[in-house]
Amino acid sequence: MKIKVIVTLKSGVLDPQGKAIQQTLNGMGFVNVKDVRQGKYFDIDINESDEQKAKQSAEEICKKLLANQVIEDFKII
Amino acid sequence: MNSSVIIFPGSNCDRDMDVALKKFGFKNKMVWHDDDKLPKSDLIVLPGGFSYGDYLRCGSIAGKSKIIQSVIDFANSGGLVLGICNGFQILTETGLLKGVLQQNKNIEFICKNVFVKINNSENKFFENIDKDVLELHIAHNEGNYFCSEGELKSLEDNNQIAAYYCGSDGKVDDKSNPNGATKNIAGIFNEKKNILGMMPHPERMIDQSLSGEDGSIFFENLLRNLK
Repeated sequence: MKIKVIVTLKSGVLDPQGKAIQQTLNGMGFVNVKDVRQGKYFDIDINESDEQKAKQSAEEICKKLLANQVIEDFKII
Repeated sequence: MNSSVIIFPGSNCDRDMDVALKKFGFKNKMVWHDDDKLPKSDLIVLPGGFSYGDYLRCGSIAGKSKIIQSVIDFANSGGLVLGICNGFQILTETGLLKGVLQQNKNIEFICKNVFVKINNSENKFFENIDKDVLELHIAHNEGNYFCSEGELKSLEDNNQIAAYYCGSDGKVDDKSNPNGATKNIAGIFNEKKNILGMMPHPERMIDQSLSGEDGSIFFENLLRNLK
């Protein structure tokens, strides 16, 4: 079962890379870009046919390794 | 006194630390991350570097390596643990220290000498230290210390902030903050003060031929306190 995970910085946490991307986009002429937040995306293949169980594993994986919950949130999609 | 330096794939300050510890009289052993037992030690050091290439987050993979459970057990039983730079990042990833080291505010790798003010000397690391402002070296891309407001309050209330970035006169201000760290924090302790994580590298300032010798003060004092 394939699971997709997105890890993003929590709102309010400084994202200097996102800020640099936003400023570059503004400089390139995309003046309508107000804010950019950069995140991480993971494709995980879990050896599990039950969707519920796979998602449970994914949640544990996110909490224990993929996201540092001091500054990051995760979404399983 | 016996010390152990843990080597992870990508550690690059492990030998500097070995040289520094031996110079000041520690009997040091190098321990590979894939071992599961620590030699008898009075001090465990997690050195600087780029463990696992900083993949995922700095220190996150090293924080799950085989030796780490022994380090956690050692720390929880009151053993002295020192994490420098990447070692500090690993300590936050294991949960032994609060907060996280984020990317530097200016998105630059910073490599320079800085001054740090020792904030708490009621512990084995800094007790009786001759100077309270030390000139040390930093070299990092992720040294911007961050924690929640609640965690910051508890760090302050329990006197867990070990050192602040400051000017040569010891003044802690925005100007002397190299990386955007919350409140200029350069290093912190755990609640019991037997675990110290800090970004600056004392092992890089232990010889006249290097750019300073304030690191010597740190190691000499640490050994004195352990005897």
